[in-house]
Amino acid sequence: MTKAFCSCAYSYGSQPNSCVCPVCMGLPGALPVLNSKVIEYAVMLGVALNCKLSLNSKFDRKQYFYPDLPKGYQISQFDVPIATNGFIDLDLPLEFGGGHRRFGITRVHMEEDAGKLLHTGTGSYSQVDLNRAGVPLLEIVSEPDMRTGIEAAEYAAELQRVVRYLGVSNGNMQEGSLRCDVNVSIRPIGQLEFGTKVEIKNLNSFSAMSRAIDFEIARQAALYNQGQSEEIVQETRLWEEGAQKTVTMRKKEGLADYRYFPEPDLPDVILKEEYVNGIRDSLPELPEMKRRRYEEMGLSMQDVLFLANDVNVADFFDATIANVPDIKLAANWIMGDIAAYMKNEKLSINEIKLSPQELSELIASIKSATISGKIGKEILLELMAKGGTVKGLIKEKDLVQIVDPVEIEKIVDKVIANNPKQLEQYRGGKTKLQGFFAGQVMKESKGKANPGLVNKILLEKLNATN
Amino acid sequence: MLSSVQNPRILLLHCRWSKPLHHHRHYPKAIHAAAQAQAVSTSLPTSQIQIIQKSIHSREKTARQFAEEFLNRLRLTEPHVKSFLHVSETVLNEADEIDRKIDQNEDVGPLAGVLVAVKDNICTADMPSTAGSKILENYRPPFDATAVKKLKESGAIIVGKTNLDEFGMGSTTEGSAYQVTSNPWNLECVPGGSSGGSAAAVSARQCVVSLGSDTGGSVRQPASFCGVVGLKPTYGRVSRYGLVAYASSLDVIGCFGSSVADAGILLQSVCGHDKLDATSSKREVIDFTSQFLAKDYLESQPLKGLRVGVIRETLGDGVDQEVVLSIRGAISHMEELGCTVTEVSLPSFSLGLPAYYVLASSESSSNLSRYDGVRYGNQIVSDELSSLYGGSRANGLGPEVKRRILMGTYALSAGYYDAYYKRAQQVRTVVQKSFKAALDEHDILISPAAPSAAYKIGEKKNDPLAMYAGDIMTVNVNLAGLPALVLPCGFVQNGLPVGVQMIGGAFDEEKLLRVGHIFEQTLQGCSFIPPLIADEFKC
Ligand SMILES: [Zn+2]
Repeated sequence: MTKAFCSCAYSYGSQPNSCVCPVCMGLPGALPVLNSKVIEYAVMLGVALNCKLSLNSKFDRKQYFYPDLPKGYQISQFDVPIATNGFIDLDLPLEFGGGHRRFGITRVHMEEDAGKLLHTGTGSYSQVDLNRAGVPLLEIVSEPDMRTGIEAAEYAAELQRVVRYLGVSNGNMQEGSLRCDVNVSIRPIGQLEFGTKVEIKNLNSFSAMSRAIDFEIARQAALYNQGQSEEIVQETRLWEEGAQKTVTMRKKEGLADYRYFPEPDLPDVILKEEYVNGIRDSLPELPEMKRRRYEEMGLSMQDVLFLANDVNVADFFDATIANVPDIKLAANWIMGDIAAYMKNEKLSINEIKLSPQELSELIASIKSATISGKIGKEILLELMAKGGTVKGLIKEKDLVQIVDPVEIEKIVDKVIANNPKQLEQYRGGKTKLQGFFAGQVMKESKGKANPGLVNKILLEKLNATN
Repeated sequence: MLSSVQNPRILLLHCRWSKPLHHHRHYPKAIHAAAQAQAVSTSLPTSQIQIIQKSIHSREKTARQFAEEFLNRLRLTEPHVKSFLHVSETVLNEADEIDRKIDQNEDVGPLAGVLVAVKDNICTADMPSTAGSKILENYRPPFDATAVKKLKESGAIIVGKTNLDEFGMGSTTEGSAYQVTSNPWNLECVPGGSSGGSAAAVSARQCVVSLGSDTGGSVRQPASFCGVVGLKPTYGRVSRYGLVAYASSLDVIGCFGSSVADAGILLQSVCGHDKLDATSSKREVIDFTSQFLAKDYLESQPLKGLRVGVIRETLGDGVDQEVVLSIRGAISHMEELGCTVTEVSLPSFSLGLPAYYVLASSESSSNLSRYDGVRYGNQIVSDELSSLYGGSRANGLGPEVKRRILMGTYALSAGYYDAYYKRAQQVRTVVQKSFKAALDEHDILISPAAPSAAYKIGEKKNDPLAMYAGDIMTVNVNLAGLPALVLPCGFVQNGLPVGVQMIGGAFDEEKLLRVGHIFEQTLQGCSFIPPLIADEFKC
C-alpha cells in the first residue's frame, strides 16, 4: 500500500524523511494523484459499516498552517463524504453485562495524514518528519449513541475488528494506525438536546478511552450538580495516563475556519453501482456475521466472543472445523491449550507452527482413539513449537493407542503378577489401589493403552475369584 | 493625420493585404493609404524549427552554429530586454552532443538543436526555478516538469529561465521580484505578462520558441504585446506537473513561437496525458504538425466555409479603437480567405472578469500556503512559530501576491464562501455554456487578445484594477478551459503590434493551428520583427 496521492511506500518506524517524494513533501509544482486502493478500501469500509455510498463525491482542501503539514492544507472530504448514514452491531462482553448494541455511523471519509514533529531534548527547536505525510486515512464519525466508557471502547474495538477483518488496516493503536478522539457531553434524564461537548485526545488504548470517558462524565456531572454547568465549555482536553484525568489542552475550538473548498488538482470521485456491488459481493465475513454464525452452531457467547475477536483465530477455527466438524472440541483446543501456549510464548496464531489441518487431524486421531487425549496434548505442544504432522509424530514416536483387549490383558496380568502384596491388600478391601494398578498398566504400556479398556479389564482381573 | 507623424521605419511595419479591402468603412483611409503605399515585401513567417531540422540533418549547418547565432543575439539584446532570470551554461555542449549524434546517425528527436526558453515557474532540475519570487530565491527543484522532460526527450536545448510576474500574478512582468523586462518593440513599454520574459525572448529572437503559462491570459496577452504567436492549449492538454501552481483549475502551460507552425510543433512535443497530473486529459493526441503547408500549396480561398464568430462584446467600449481597427482588418483578411464571418454575442462576457479574480485568488491563497519558510525557500530567524510564518511570508512575497492571497482568503472564509467562491463557480458554468452555444454555431471565435497594445512601464503599476481590467479579453477562455491562439495581425499608430485571438472548441487545437497558419501565411507585407533586431533581419 502506497501513500494516498504519491507512490511512496510507508512503513512505521522508518528513518525520518526516508519515505518522501516531491508530492508528499509539497514541493512547488508537484501534484497529487489518487491511489485507487484508497477508494477501494473506503468503499469496503463503507459497505461493511452498512453505509450509503456516494456515487459522486469529491476531495476538498482543509487549510491551516502547521509545520507538519507540507502544503498548508490537508486533502480531505468535506461536504460530500464517500459514505454516510450506516451502523455497526456489536455484543458487549459478559463481564460488562453483555447484550447486543447498535451504534450509528454518521460518515466515513478519505483524507491524508500529516507528518510528525520530533521535539529535541533541549526543547529549543523541533524537527519535521514527513514520512507519515500523505498516508491515507479513513475517518469514521459515529452518532452520539454511546452512554458509557465501556460502550465507546467496545465500539472502537469492534471498528478495529472490522478493519482487520477487511484487511484495510492493521488497526494498531501504538503505531497510530487506529486513532480515536472522543466527544463527551451530559444531559439530565429526559432532556432531548445534548449538553456542551468536550473533546478528549491522547487516547492510546481502548482501556484509556473507557477510563477517560468515565472520568469526564463524572467531572461534568459533578460540575452540573454543583450548579457550575457553565464551566463545562467546548474545548479539547488531554487524557493524562499518569494522573488518570483529563486536562484542558485548548479552548475556543469553535472559531477555527478551515476555508474548505473543492480540491482543483483532483477529479471528482465517481463510483459505478457495479463497482460498489462487486466490492459488496466480495466482502469477507465480518465479525458480526461470524458471531451470529458461531452462536447458531451452539457455541456459548463467551466462546463466540473469544473466537471472533481475532480474525486470524476465527479463520483458524473455521479451517479446523471445515476438516473435522467437531465444533466443541476445536473450540476447546483453541481456547484452552493453544491460547495458553500463545499467551506464554507471546505469539499470535499465525506465528505458531501448528496448522488448522493438523489440529483437525489431531482431533480426529483422538476421536478415533488412535491416540489418547493425554498423548494428544503432548503432540500438540510439539506441533505448535516445531511443526510437523500428527501422523508423522505418532509414527515416529510409536504412539498408537493399544486398543486390543488381548494385549491389554497381557499387560494387566503382568502387573498383577508383579504386585502380589498390593493385590492382597486390594482383595482385603483396600479398593482404592485400583488407581495404583491402572497407573502401573499405563506406565508399562508407555501411556498407549486405552484407559477405558485398561479399567474394564483391570477390574475384571482384580475382582476375579480364583 | 497618421502618415505625417509616422517615422518611416515604423511605416514599413504596417501590413498590406494581398487584395483591396472590402470593408473600407471599417478602416481609416490613412492606415489604408499607408498600407497601400507599402512597396517593400517582407518574408512570411517561416518555421524556425523546420529550418533548423532541415539544416542540421542535411549538414548544411550545425546545431552549434544555430546555438551560437541565438546566444550572440541573446548576449547583445539581453541588457536591454532582460527576459531571462537564468541562462544555461551548457547550451553549446548540448548542441555539440546533437551534432555528434547526427554524425553518428543516431536519433536526435524532432526538436534537436532548438533553443527553448522556459518560464521560471516551470520546474527544471538543473537550473533555479524561482517563479519570480524572493521566497524561492535560489530554489532548485529535484525534478523536471513533465513538459521540460518531454522537451529534453525531443532533443530541445533549454536555453534558460524567463522572467515573469511573481507566481504568474500580473499582466506586465513588472511584478517580478528580480527585474523588469522590456518590450523589444519599444524598450519603454511592458512586454505584457505574466509570461513577459518568454514572449520577449521569442520576439527578440533570443530563442527559437518558449514555454509560458496561461491562467487568465498570461501567454496570449504578452504574445499580442510582443508581436509573436502565443498558444493557450485546452485545459488538461499539457501536464501541469512541475508548473508552480497559481490557480490549479485554470493554469495551463502554453507555447510561444515566431510562427504558428513553431508554436504548434512545440505543443506537439509537450502535450499528452501524464500519470503525474490527474487533470491531464487521456484524450489521444493527433499529429497536427503535418498541416503546416507552405503558402504555394494553398488554394485561393483556403478557409472557404469556415464559420467565424466575432465576439461582439470584445469590440465595444473600453477597447482601444486602433486595436478594433486591426481586428477589423484581420476579419477582412479572413473573409478574403473564404470565411463566413458573423457577429456573436456572449452575454456573460463581462461577468468573467470578476468571477476569474475570485476563483484565481481563492485557489492561489491555498496554493501559496506551502511557501511558509519551513522546508525550502527563504526563512526568517524567529523563535516563535507564528512569527516565523508571518515574517517569512511578509519578506518573501511581493505586494500583488499578498493582495491576491488576502482576496482569496477572504472569499473562502466562513460566511463569505457562498457569496464569492460559490457564486463565481456558478458564473463559470454560465460562461462555459455560452461558449459552448457560440461554438455550436461557429468553428472559431474571434476577439482581440487585449484591449490595448503594450503600454508604458510603470503606467499601471500602482493601479491594480486597471491592470485587472486588461485581462477582460482572455479570462473567459480560461474559465471555459478552451484553446486559443493569438497571432500578430497589425499595428497601432506608434508601431506596437496587435494580436488577434482565435478561440476553438475543447481539444481542437488542430483547427486553430490550421486556420492560424493560413492566416499568417497569407498576411502579406507584414513583418513582426521588432526594431531592436530589425537591422539583422533586413530584407
Ligand atoms: Zn511521496
